[in-house]
Amino acid sequence: MIDVLNALVILANFIIVPALTYGSQLALGALGITMIYSILRFSNFAHGELMSFGAMTTILVTWALQSADISLGVLPTALLGIPVAIVVTVILALAIDKTVFQYYRRIRAEPVTLLIVSIGVMFLISGMIRFIIGPGDRVFNDGQRFLLKARAFKQMTGLDEGLAIKMTQGITVVTAIILVALVFWFLNKTRTGKSMRAYSDNEDLALLSGINPERVVLITWIITAALAAVAGTLYGLDKSYKPFTYLSLLLPIFSAAIVGGVGNPIGAIAGGFVIAFSELTITFAYKKVLTYLLPDHMAPDTLMQLLSTDYKIALSFVILVIVLIFKPTGLFSGKTI
Amino acid sequence: MSFLLGENMTGGYGSADILHNCTIGVEKGEIAVVVGPNGAGKSTAMKAIFGMLNLRQGRVTIDGEDITALKPEERVLKGMGFVPQTANVFTSLSVEENLEMGAFIRRDDFSKTMEQVFDLFPILKEKRNQPAGELSGGQRQQVAVGRALMTEPKVLMLDEPTAGVSPIVMDELFDRIIEVARTGIAILMVEQNAKQALNIADKGYVLVQGENRFTDTGAALMANPEVRRAFLGG
Repeated sequence: MIDVLNALVILANFIIVPALTYGSQLALGALGITMIYSILRFSNFAHGELMSFGAMTTILVTWALQSADISLGVLPTALLGIPVAIVVTVILALAIDKTVFQYYRRIRAEPVTLLIVSIGVMFLISGMIRFIIGPGDRVFNDGQRFLLKARAFKQMTGLDEGLAIKMTQGITVVTAIILVALVFWFLNKTRTGKSMRAYSDNEDLALLSGINPERVVLITWIITAALAAVAGTLYGLDKSYKPFTYLSLLLPIFSAAIVGGVGNPIGAIAGGFVIAFSELTITFAYKKVLTYLLPDHMAPDTLMQLLSTDYKIALSFVILVIVLIFKPTGLFSGKTI
Repeated sequence: MSFLLGENMTGGYGSADILHNCTIGVEKGEIAVVVGPNGAGKSTAMKAIFGMLNLRQGRVTIDGEDITALKPEERVLKGMGFVPQTANVFTSLSVEENLEMGAFIRRDDFSKTMEQVFDLFPILKEKRNQPAGELSGGQRQQVAVGRALMTEPKVLMLDEPTAGVSPIVMDELFDRIIEVARTGIAILMVEQNAKQALNIADKGYVLVQGENRFTDTGAALMANPEVRRAFLGG
């Protein structure tokens, strides 16, 4: 019995808690992708860099606060930087929309044209980021490191295995829940939110009903940029901020959006967790878990790892391909792309 | 002069004209029906009156005011409601949300109008929380008409409201449309089911190749042997 509990604790410590955290980050990113897709009708490749830009802004504000000796005590100072990052990222997104995307909307460009334009925007933002903060690795997490320490858990339960929950993991999950709840409340309960869903559903009829498309687009960018800034910061806070990683984050985020059903907000959330849990369960080394669960003579000698962690990114690509082959509209039936 | 009038309309989508000097009008509280063979420009005439098509010649007036240059959204504000033939509901939104979106341009309290729509189409009240995409064809058309009524229009334009519904549902929809007309709203509709539509029409227009071929009261057109033979199947 104790063995089973120990095995469960290992799984919780190395799979469930990290996957919930990573899944929340992906879900927030995928939510942004899906909103842009359903309203502006293109796949926004610049989304990863938008997240990176938000994280960078948070870091700059955090540095300023740290040098002014302002901190949040046990919580990371970066939380104070997030509101500023949201505002700055929203301004950037709106500026890009006015100068770039608006033109292509007016000439009614094909979605694929907009997609390529967004790749251009991606390189533009990524260049700006490297100009401002450089390509290096930045750790900007301060405050208390753990919500629950492994040793404290062991003492509490008397088990051999420990469960540790990092402060950043707690913050990520809580923030994601709050944000997702806010977005859903907005989309389903407010007049503006409903008009966004109506516009996404049937553009012509929305026009006939007097819904102003430019206003819908404006609000979509505001929400998307805010989500991106928060998701980017949470990701950087949890791992560490390195501009390059946000490019490779694009793949799992797009996979999440498509697996869930692109254009479907609930799908984006679910997709985020599907990708996160598959990445971690497949690349996890089960040796210790099996040692606890199996009789002694059957204990494995190898790592019992299905795939090396190096293949983590490739895995989201595999999931993406499988979903596109067998259920092109995604788990929650979005639009086919 | 009619309350809503599209006068001498000439125009089309590209360089070729579909409408040629076509005139269609409707009075308040009346039902005007546009019939004609396939490709006669019936739907095009509707689109022209609603401003979804540029006219090369002719003009559109409502209550004597020239609205030829206005965009469709602006015509909604002038008291026009339009129910397109296809994709005329927000499928992923609930019935109630569809009606709310119909009232989007209204800043006042529209709950009374919604009650009136629910009185007119009781089934919609029952299914108010269901996504409109899950409803049957006839119920969807009711949502579409209800959505257009939410702005309390003075003119309601319907493009083939009975397309793809069963004869029983069609009769019921026509009954409802008569009810709407009795509240003083002008109704202009395009119909494939010419006989049934002319039966309830105060005024009928037979279009052929974008031109007015016959214009008369519904009853007179029904009685006209030429119209019967050519367009109503004897």
